[in-house]
Amino acid sequence: MLTVKVLGSGCANCQKLEDSARAAVTGLGVEAKIEKVTDIAGIMSYNVLSTPGLVINEKLVSSGRLPSEAEITTWLTDALMAEEAG
Amino acid sequence: MSTHQAASLPTRQGWRLPALALGAAVLWIILWGQLQNLADWLTYDLIGLTPGMHLAESVNFFLYDVPKILMLLTAMIFMVTIIRSFFSPERTRALLGGKREGIGNVLAAGLGVVTPFCSCSAVPLFIGFVETGIPLGVTFSFLIATPVVNEVALAMLFGLFGWRIAGLYLVTGLMIAILGGVIIGRLKPERYVEDFVWQIKVGQGGQDDVYKPTWDDRLRDAARVTREIVGKVWPFVVIGIAIGAGILGYVPEDFLGDIMGHQAWWSVPAAVVLGIPLYSNAAGVIPVVYALMEKGAALGTVLAFMMSVVALSLPEMLILRRVLKPHLIAVFVGIVAVAIILTGYLFNLVIR
Repeated sequence: MLTVKVLGSGCANCQKLEDSARAAVTGLGVEAKIEKVTDIAGIMSYNVLSTPGLVINEKLVSSGRLPSEAEITTWLTDALMAEEAG
Repeated sequence: MSTHQAASLPTRQGWRLPALALGAAVLWIILWGQLQNLADWLTYDLIGLTPGMHLAESVNFFLYDVPKILMLLTAMIFMVTIIRSFFSPERTRALLGGKREGIGNVLAAGLGVVTPFCSCSAVPLFIGFVETGIPLGVTFSFLIATPVVNEVALAMLFGLFGWRIAGLYLVTGLMIAILGGVIIGRLKPERYVEDFVWQIKVGQGGQDDVYKPTWDDRLRDAARVTREIVGKVWPFVVIGIAIGAGILGYVPEDFLGDIMGHQAWWSVPAAVVLGIPLYSNAAGVIPVVYALMEKGAALGTVLAFMMSVVALSLPEMLILRRVLKPHLIAVFVGIVAVAIILTGYLFNLVIR
């Protein structure tokens, strides 16, 4: 199962990113756990300088911008393939 | 550093968006040349006011300046966003790493202008900077420069006061950021950083090189940001210009000479104090300030006021309070305020 984390505390774009991530997961029809990381220590553990950040299976894929749903879908597919290969 | 090939979507650079941007630019230039004629026609022919009347002066100023400033804002924000798409906080951190104080402060202030940054990310940025060994003074130069040199203020200054004063504002803003950072760096500010900051472990990696936008991405993103910002500030622009127009038409010449002119020494600090609660409202404040200057206020006083409006913002202080002890916040505000006041006096002394 994929683990998706949205990094950021209270910025307007964090909510938008979470919505796009949910939409991408639903669109792919995969199982995924979507978490929000709002504490600063948690955010910094991914070395993020600007929020919102997006982490898929512990790998930071985007920070400081709002990726499109299509981009997120690509990342999710990549992570799924890596999971199956591993 | 990760090389994540599949993350980049298969995109090809098309010609459609660049052509659209070029077309918009040509249209912009044509319209720009006709603004005064358009405003004159509206004021004197369509509404039928007589040139020279107070009301005519006010209405003409309003009808000319509202479209002018909105057009300038649109062009400026669009171009600045394109420029910023070549920078990122991660790249800025890499550029600042290992730089000595002094050079580091100059570089940080310059990068503060071009790095895309939202004050909502001030906390992770601050921690990410200081934990990777960038000196606090250098980090402060960056944090002072980002709000002072803001594109909305610059566009409005350029539109209303001309390029000389806009340039003066830019250079002074950078100087304040550089000197403020150098002074803070000398005060051994490390002891006033909240203790938890030093305990946080910054993770490895990050994604310095993963996102490589195409020109289509840059243009699309710039269009979105421009829509967002102009959509947010236009009411303030309209209200500000309306008030400015009223002052221009009805307040007598040199009315403010006594209270805001060169002789009134206390007007500079008063302007700075007054500017603090008006944070992030440069759009509404600048047209009013322009009108005040036309009525006898001194340039230094006016510049000090504008810098105080953008540089000393309460919300940003509250965000920084999470990583800085009150002591350092006070020092930060104090140094920036004093720097702005000195700038005000300097300009009042030099330019008459």
